[in-house]
Amino acid sequence: MASEIKQGTLDLINHLPILQVITPMLIAPILVVLNNKTLSWLLSFMGTLICLFISVLLMQAVSDGSTLTYFLGGWAPPIGIEYRIDAANSILLFLISTISAIVLVFSYTSLHSEIPEEKHTLFYACFLLCLTGLLGVVATADIFNVFVFLEISSLSTYVLVAQGSYRDRRALSASFNYLIMGTIGATFFVIGIGYIYMATGSLNMMDIAERVGQLGDNRTVQAGFAFIVVGMGLKLAMVPLHVWLPNAYTFAPTVVTCFLAATATKVALYVLIRFVFSVFNYEDSFINELFFFLLMPLAIIAMIAASVIAIFKQNLKKLFAYSSLAQIGYMLLGLSLISEKGLAASLVHMVNHGFTKAALFMSLGAFMLNTKNMYMNSLQGLGRSMPFTSAAFVIGGLSLIGVPGTAGFISKWLLLEAALESGYWLVAALIIVSSLFAVIYIWKIIEVLYFSESSETYSEVNVLTLTPIWILSLFCIFLGINTSLTVDVANMAAEVLFK
Amino acid sequence: MQIEYLIFLTIFTPALVGCLNLVFHKNANMRDGVTLLGALITFYFSVNIFLGFDGQATQYKLVTIMPGIDVSFHIEPLGVIFSLLASSLWILTHIYAIGYMRGANEKNHSRFFLFFSVSIASVMGISFSGNLFTLFLFYEILTLITFPLVSHKGSSEALRGARVYLSILLGTSIGLQLLGIIWIYFSVGTLDFVKGGILNGSFGPVELIILVALFAFGIGKAALFPFHRWLPAAMVAPTPVSALLHAVAVVKAGVFTVLKVGVYIFGIESLSVSGATDWLTWLACFSILFASLIAMTKDNLKARLAYSTISQLGYVVLAFSLANSLGVLGGALQIITHAFGKITLFMCAGSIYVATKKTNISDMQGLGRVMPITFLSFLVGAISIIGLPPMGGSWAKWFLIMSSLEADKQFVIIVLLISSLLNIAYLLPLVAKGFYLNPTDHIDFIKFKEPSAFIWLPPAITASISFLLFFYVDYIRDFVINFGLVG
Repeated sequence: MASEIKQGTLDLINHLPILQVITPMLIAPILVVLNNKTLSWLLSFMGTLICLFISVLLMQAVSDGSTLTYFLGGWAPPIGIEYRIDAANSILLFLISTISAIVLVFSYTSLHSEIPEEKHTLFYACFLLCLTGLLGVVATADIFNVFVFLEISSLSTYVLVAQGSYRDRRALSASFNYLIMGTIGATFFVIGIGYIYMATGSLNMMDIAERVGQLGDNRTVQAGFAFIVVGMGLKLAMVPLHVWLPNAYTFAPTVVTCFLAATATKVALYVLIRFVFSVFNYEDSFINELFFFLLMPLAIIAMIAASVIAIFKQNLKKLFAYSSLAQIGYMLLGLSLISEKGLAASLVHMVNHGFTKAALFMSLGAFMLNTKNMYMNSLQGLGRSMPFTSAAFVIGGLSLIGVPGTAGFISKWLLLEAALESGYWLVAALIIVSSLFAVIYIWKIIEVLYFSESSETYSEVNVLTLTPIWILSLFCIFLGINTSLTVDVANMAAEVLFK
Repeated sequence: MQIEYLIFLTIFTPALVGCLNLVFHKNANMRDGVTLLGALITFYFSVNIFLGFDGQATQYKLVTIMPGIDVSFHIEPLGVIFSLLASSLWILTHIYAIGYMRGANEKNHSRFFLFFSVSIASVMGISFSGNLFTLFLFYEILTLITFPLVSHKGSSEALRGARVYLSILLGTSIGLQLLGIIWIYFSVGTLDFVKGGILNGSFGPVELIILVALFAFGIGKAALFPFHRWLPAAMVAPTPVSALLHAVAVVKAGVFTVLKVGVYIFGIESLSVSGATDWLTWLACFSILFASLIAMTKDNLKARLAYSTISQLGYVVLAFSLANSLGVLGGALQIITHAFGKITLFMCAGSIYVATKKTNISDMQGLGRVMPITFLSFLVGAISIIGLPPMGGSWAKWFLIMSSLEADKQFVIIVLLISSLLNIAYLLPLVAKGFYLNPTDHIDFIKFKEPSAFIWLPPAITASISFLLFFYVDYIRDFVINFGLVG
């Protein structure tokens, strides 16, 4: 296998793929040793900044369609573990690193109101481990390694969600529920990997792809694929397997909700995409039928049903959790079209929705800092007393609806175009219906914010909290106007994956 | 100055003025003065664009969002007319709004003027849009920006009205228009406005009919039946908003979009050959008569004017559906003359409200004797709307009748005649009652008088312009023909 790096040199650039993943992993134990909450915040923040910097470098390196590979310990695949960065995962690495850095800025103030101070160090350590897991899943080209990193991120996520119990004990049951479901998902996934290993004798993605091609119509591989789809379906909250998500998002600390909503489900979806295109043969009729008869209907049900449920939710975090389910439906829909345009739309929407949802959850978090309450009526009159947070919320909401000039519009446009290209008129109409539902639930909140009087007055949150919220909101607008970061890279990624 | 900078300036100035409203919100006179100055400067820029326009439809790209999708601007006769219309009426409406907001004791003036100015900026963006995407962008911004204006009072009634307003406008534009736009982009690969259309036969006859429907209904601001409910609902807004936005800027943005899509996307010739708009002629006729009939049943003056607006907007949709040069000319003239006529009527309604707090027509008996200027202005505006000489509105109807003859659709003439009769029946009684009948309540009546000059002067001016348009219509016709809007 051709490698573009020179083995044995100590050139830092060549080690970027591994540095991306292990930077947060190395910092995490240091935090526990130091056991100082300000210092651990600072170190985590530095760590995420380094990750962000590396991800930008990586994205630049692969933006021309090339691939960066890294052999762990110098062992060449298929024996050793390979890390492989191309356009498709560089865009996700960028999303995860950016969101984690922004979320950490927000956590400085938000964490004080949600978690006792002596737990902060452990929280940050856990957060960094979760980040490691997510980055690792995306960067690796070894399917067992995917499982390992997935478990690292999942286990730390269960802990992070449970941290919400200092505010509301129900976080514990939400976390436990998530633990059970997540473990079932992981089990399915690892069984799927087992089947593939049984049939091909390899764990390296490129290697498997070659051997699967030679096997032809193989029941074992198909069973493995089915297990992987179900396993990842659980992790990415595909509709009948979504029951863990609303409660986990609702009761987790806001910082965690922000981070998970923007990244975790997208990473699981990325794994599915990677398996379909880089491990299996996407032209295989089994996969195509599975996607057409199973994935597409489920995606559409998610788009419509979750949006309708969101309209009737009074708990704001729950409302946006259901909205996330609907948005995951969009991404799955793009994937289920099995076309270059659909895949690109799906990837673009991952990034755009990541920023949009993070902006929304974060501004909700800022409201909650003041009101200590996450119900709709607690927002009464906040448009006047917290004008900056409210404005950022409105921008995020408009992007979620998909108003032109915002990031959401771009993804919706691409998705509609992809649906039309495949000739699915009805699907295109349903996408639009779903976004009209989004108008309803967003506008309900905006009316409460701006058009009802409040008995209490609050002051605007401090600048350190406002900054990350506004960075995310401006991202929502920036990605709606300049799409070179998203659409160009996603098109390149789709091209690479369809090769 | 280069013409592309002028375009950006006409859009930028009102937006900047809106922000300055926040800076000066402590000092009301300063704030209103700055806004007036901004309105004058915007008008000056629009006039300069009009003077500098050489008939070349060059595209000025601002940013490329995706390959093939740009935010770009261009200048063409229809847009020049629309920007002149909106910016000139903004000056008058602003003067009126200063008097109205203070006279009617409305609250939150700075917020009001902020959104008012920014909505003008998006109207300017609509006028100079160089492609369908840019048009859609500003169209949606206009919907969202005018929401706080409609719900300005903040009462539950205002909120309900605003909700209807937003849901119909966003619902139609996202649900139908966006689908049409993407369909065109997907089939043709471009969204640029090009004279003669860009479709080039990529759509079959049935597909073309569907596409026409997606735009005719999707441009909800044109208030075509059955998507007209938002317009009466929006009447909960303060009167200056009803006057400028819901008689001129927003609704005209709708019919302007209809005409622009007809001329620059579908192409008038290919539309008339394909006959894809024949059904729309019938629907527009129905919309015209239906709204007029409803208007007769309304006792609330603003509601009656709102239904009258729906009826009058039907004329422009009708012009589009007739699909010939005379129709486009008639549509353009209808946009201009109806703007001046209807803004006069709304301002008069507002001035009656400020002076007497009366909103129902049945309570306005005898008011003409104490408010002669207001009622005379109303009379002039009404005659222009009805389409009788010597007011500008008669020309729009004239060209529409000519156009329907050319399209060989004689029944349209009958519809137009009936509509004019209905207009007489629901607009003129107010004037007649105002001047000839005795007031019901003499004790209150003595206290009433014309409100301040801020309020009565602007409608008097727009009424005079309605009158002048009758004599100077030739200039508009020449401008439209010489600069190649119609053959």
